[in-house]
Amino acid sequence: MAASPFTAPAIVAVTLATVAIGVYGLRLARTTSDFLVASRSVSPAWNAAAIGGEYLSAASFLGVAGLILKHGVDVLWYPVGFAAGYLALLLFVAAPLRRSGAFTLPDFCEARLRSRRLRKLATAFVIFIGLLYLVPQMQGAGLTVSTVTDAPYELGALLVGAVVTANVALGGMRSITFVQAFQYWLKLTALAVPAVFLALQWQSDGRPAVTPPEGMTFVRETTVVVEHAATFTFPDGSTEEVRPGEALTFLAGTPVPEVSGVASTGGSDWLLPGDDSGDRGLFATYSLILATFLGTMGLPHVLVRFYTNPDGTAARRTTLVVLGLVGMFYLFPTLYGALGRIYTPQLLLTGQTDAVVLLLPGAVLGGGLAGQLLAALVAAGAFAAFLSSSSGLLTSVAGVISTDVLGRGSVRDFRVGAVAAGMMALVLALNVSGLDVSRVVGLAFAVAASSFCPLLVLGIWWRGLTDVGAAAGILVGGGAAVTAVLVTVLGPPLSGWGGVLVAQPAAWSVPLAFSVMIAVSLGTRARAPVDVGRTMLRLHAPDALRM
Amino acid sequence: MTAPPASPARVRVVLAEAARQRAALGSARAELAEQTQVGDALVRGLVRAQLGLALRLSFVVVVGLGGLPLLFAVARAVARAPVLGVKLPWLLLGVAAYPFLLAVGFAYLRLAERNEQDFTALVQRPER
Repeated sequence: MAASPFTAPAIVAVTLATVAIGVYGLRLARTTSDFLVASRSVSPAWNAAAIGGEYLSAASFLGVAGLILKHGVDVLWYPVGFAAGYLALLLFVAAPLRRSGAFTLPDFCEARLRSRRLRKLATAFVIFIGLLYLVPQMQGAGLTVSTVTDAPYELGALLVGAVVTANVALGGMRSITFVQAFQYWLKLTALAVPAVFLALQWQSDGRPAVTPPEGMTFVRETTVVVEHAATFTFPDGSTEEVRPGEALTFLAGTPVPEVSGVASTGGSDWLLPGDDSGDRGLFATYSLILATFLGTMGLPHVLVRFYTNPDGTAARRTTLVVLGLVGMFYLFPTLYGALGRIYTPQLLLTGQTDAVVLLLPGAVLGGGLAGQLLAALVAAGAFAAFLSSSSGLLTSVAGVISTDVLGRGSVRDFRVGAVAAGMMALVLALNVSGLDVSRVVGLAFAVAASSFCPLLVLGIWWRGLTDVGAAAGILVGGGAAVTAVLVTVLGPPLSGWGGVLVAQPAAWSVPLAFSVMIAVSLGTRARAPVDVGRTMLRLHAPDALRM
Repeated sequence: MTAPPASPARVRVVLAEAARQRAALGSARAELAEQTQVGDALVRGLVRAQLGLALRLSFVVVVGLGGLPLLFAVARAVARAPVLGVKLPWLLLGVAAYPFLLAVGFAYLRLAERNEQDFTALVQRPER
């Protein structure tokens, strides 16, 4: 594909704007309090846009549309779950967590259960989840740069890694709030404006069917460069072996072959829920729902934001606005995934479905000025997604490293922590390029749902939770999820029930974490903090009483 | 000159009354702050009310959204029903799910704030 001449300038402009707003924030950040929590002076509207900007990562901007292109209606649960996570956060966590005064999850452990050891355990999990989430962002940046320009994969990862690390280390939280809020609106614009043009073009093309009865066909003459050895199966039954580097040209109107080695759903199965695996498919769907609904509250970069609300009521209102903003955003990836079926079927042949959002404007609107400008806008939005999510993640990981690993939590420690975490993620991202962006993020949700979700929910609503119970639950439930992640990422491919249980662990690891936490707490009842009544009062008393 | 016989010369009584009133006003707060049995019962009641509200609303979501995969799996005809030219699951998951979540969230916000107002009114009510 010929790169749009506007793409590189658009990416540079977004990066420069991010740095400029960061520098502007730096001038405002004078005290340590400004630096870390924006002096708690951020209004719900700004804060909500900032949370949305931080939350909508590479997985949301690129990955969701790519998964829909590949798998169809079943993966719509990803965006629904990503949004519904904020409802669970609103119902069970938002206001009490803000009133607890905790800035990070380790802070919450100490404030609620008075245990230094539990604090250390929580720190380890925050760093693990943070890195698990940070690596795919930099990978996404590498993919974007290598897709829309001719530059290599490493350049994109390096660019995002360096800009984000510098910005976080220098500007801290105050500037991040403005940067994130700006980037939410940029991301929404970058998906919504091209979507209008794409839908209009689809109308004027005579509304071609997403799943034509005679199978998918190429709309235009398309050249596919093969990246992995595979077997193409054509509708007439003939097959063709292809090798990496081979270029195949398909004329307009020719049918799209099926590819071995790329797991995708074809024909009417794409349009309908459920697949041939029956019970296993249903189990995977429910596991995904559980992970995304309950995982959001345990993501470290989401929780940090709540401390910037002035009180518990504001935290609740902010969460509701976030739910609205995030839901509005997720209306668009579905459209991209569906139109991608018509206009960019070649992505199913190469397996690079994550690139559908980036390539669709050019493929639908052609190489004219409109197509080039919209392609540049989408690439800019994608970069905003990597920059904002990695900034948020890095801020929270650096915050935890500075207070719990380096010790004192000063501005200098925060900067050292930011640089250390940024370098770690960058090195990992440069060494693993084959992982699927959305799947890795989905696993991070599963780990968060089986470790921090039970800790927060039980800690806020149940007086009987003890430090030993909490630690046991996190170790067993979270440990099981971490093991499943490592097996999925590093181990051999599994099939059958074993594969499903490991690839989507939440449906068994979340109940496991809850039951271990409750059972061990009941067994160690004597260790419950003596001042639990006072803590409960502080968590739940209305803000007007100022208890 | 003589003073009018009915004029109240001292205002000390008023101050004392105000002070006593303030003590009465603050007594439920004091029960809370000092963790007496009454205060503890008040907090337990509030926590139970808020948790009950959160659980009831999450039940609405569990039935409304969580039931869909099962429904699609059991009643295949529902999954194939076209609405507005789109298959029903696409419309439900791609569009309708988000306003539904927002509506549940809005209901929670209103009801949770009402619970808190009731609690505040109870605590600040003068005991007379």
